[in-house]
Amino acid sequence: MQSTPAVEVVGLVKRYGAKAAVDGLELSVARGSLTAVLGPNGAGKTTTIETCEGYRRPDAGTVRVLGLDPVTQSAQLRPRIGVMLQSGGVYPGARAEEMLRHTAKLHADPIYPALLIERLGLGSCGRTPYRRLSGGQQQRLALAMAVVGRPELVFLDEPTAGLDPQARRATWDLVRELRADGVTTVLTTHFMDEAEQLADDVVIVDGGKVIAQGTPEELCRGGAEDTLRFSGRPGLDLLSLLKALPSDSAAAELTPGNYRVAGKVDPQMLATVTSWCAQHGVLPDRIAVERRTLEDVFLELTGKELRS
Amino acid sequence: MTTFTPAPGAAPLPRMIGAQTALETRMLLRNGEQLLLTIVIPTVLLVLFSAVPIIDTGSGKRVDFLAPGLLALAVMSTAFTGQAIATGFERRYGVLKRLGASPLPRWALMTAKTGSVLVTEILQIVLLTVIALALGWSPQGSPVAVVLLLVLGTAAFSGLGLLMAGTLKAEATLAAANLVFLLLLVGGGVIVPLDKFPGVVRSALDLLPISALSGGLRGVLQHGAAMPWSDLGILTVWAVLGLGAAARFFRWE
Repeated sequence: MQSTPAVEVVGLVKRYGAKAAVDGLELSVARGSLTAVLGPNGAGKTTTIETCEGYRRPDAGTVRVLGLDPVTQSAQLRPRIGVMLQSGGVYPGARAEEMLRHTAKLHADPIYPALLIERLGLGSCGRTPYRRLSGGQQQRLALAMAVVGRPELVFLDEPTAGLDPQARRATWDLVRELRADGVTTVLTTHFMDEAEQLADDVVIVDGGKVIAQGTPEELCRGGAEDTLRFSGRPGLDLLSLLKALPSDSAAAELTPGNYRVAGKVDPQMLATVTSWCAQHGVLPDRIAVERRTLEDVFLELTGKELRS
Repeated sequence: MTTFTPAPGAAPLPRMIGAQTALETRMLLRNGEQLLLTIVIPTVLLVLFSAVPIIDTGSGKRVDFLAPGLLALAVMSTAFTGQAIATGFERRYGVLKRLGASPLPRWALMTAKTGSVLVTEILQIVLLTVIALALGWSPQGSPVAVVLLLVLGTAAFSGLGLLMAGTLKAEATLAAANLVFLLLLVGGGVIVPLDKFPGVVRSALDLLPISALSGGLRGVLQHGAAMPWSDLGILTVWAVLGLGAAARFFRWE
C-alpha cells in the first residue's frame, strides 16, 4: 500500500466546452515527497489539482489519490487530505481563529489551532472577520486550515500568491516542515524560486500536458550552457583565451569591456579565465558565474511571450 | 511526534454536525441584515399592527389575528429568505466548495444548516410569543398541530430557499429572496387578511406556502381548529417539490 504513489494521474482529460483544459496529463507523486506543479496561467494546474481533490470528474483517464478514486470514494479520501483553494473558502463573517478552530473540530486528532496561529503570524488578526483580513492573511489562514487536520497529503493551490516576503518565508518554512514530518505535498506555483527551493520534483505543465519533469537539478542541467561573465579592458584578444579553454567553449565581447564565456563552467574553467586575465594584466571586474535557473528552463519550454 | 506527523481522520459525526450547526448559527446571529430580517421586522410588525388599527383584521383582538401570521413570517424569514441569501453567498465565496473537501459529508452540512434554522426559529418564536402574550394574545388549539405546521413550513421554505441559492447568482438570490419576502408578506395572509383580495386572486394565493402556514396557524391558534389537513397538505407538496428540486439542481460551486 505504502509503495503505491500518493497521487497517480494517467491520461487525464478535462474539457470545458470544446476547450480541453487538461489534455492527456500524466502525474505521479511519490509518498512523502514535495511536488511543485509549475506552469503559466491557464496551463491546467488548478483543473488537475481540483480533479485530484474530487471537485471535477475526469472526461477521460484515471486519477487515484492515496489509492482511492476522488469522486466515488470521496468520503474515505476527504479526511486524509488537506486542501488549500486558490482563494475563498471561509465565511466572510467568521473570525480567523474561529474558522481554524472550527476546521480542527472536523478532524479526529487535529493540531492545536493556537500553534498554527502563532507559526503563521495570525495572532494579531485572530479576532478579525475574514472579509477584513488582508490577502496575505487570508492565504495564511487557508494554509492553516489545510494542515490543521494532520493530513497525510496536502494540496496547496498557489500558497504564496500575494504574500509579502516575510509571510512567504513563513509559508516556505512550514511547507518544509510538512515534508520533514512525512506529509506528501503537492503545490502549484508561478514562482520558479519557490519550486527550486522547496520541491523534490518539479512538473512543468503547459497546454494541459506535462512538458518537463524532474528534480530541479535535473531540469536545470543540460540545454543551454552555463555562462561566466566578467568586465575588463575593452578589446582583449579572446583567441588566446579560447585556446586555453576546452574546445566546446565560446567567448565574446558583448559590449566594450564586457565579456561572456560560455561552456562547462567549473572551478577549472574559472581558474583558466582568471590566470589568462593575469597573463594579460587584466583585473577582471564583476566576475560572475551564471548557472541555468529553473526560470530559464521554464521560459525556454513555455516561450517568453505574454499570454492572456 | 513532531507537529505535522500525519494522523488523519474525521471527527465523530455528532461532533462535526454540532460544530457546524453552532458555527452556522453564530454566522447568522452576527449578521446585521439577517437580524433585521428575522428578528426586527417580525417584532416591529407585531407590535405596530397590534397597537395601531391600520388594517382591519376582522372581529376579535388584533393580536390574536396577527401573532399566528407573524410566526409564519418568522419561519419564512429564516428558512427561506435568510437561508437563501446566506447560502448563496457561501456558494459564491467558495465556503461550500471548501467544506466539500473537508471530512464533513454534504448531507451533514445540510443537517447543520437545518439545525441552525431551527435554533433561530426557536429564538424567534419565543420572542414573538412573549411579546404577543404581553399584548394580550390568547392562543387556542393543539400545540401538536402548531409544531407540525411549523416543521412542514420550515421544510417547504428551506427547499425553496436552497433551490434559489444553489441555482442563481448570489446577487440575484439576494434581490429575489427579498422581493419574494416582501410580496409574500403582503399577499400571504401574514398581516393582511386574504379575504381582502378578489376571489380568483385569493384562490391562487391560498395555494402559496406562506398562506398555508399563516392560515393553518391562524386556524389553530385563533379559532382552535383541529388538524388543518388541507394546509398541511399544501405545505407537504411544496416541501417535496422544493427539496426535490433543490437536491436535483443545487450547484455547490
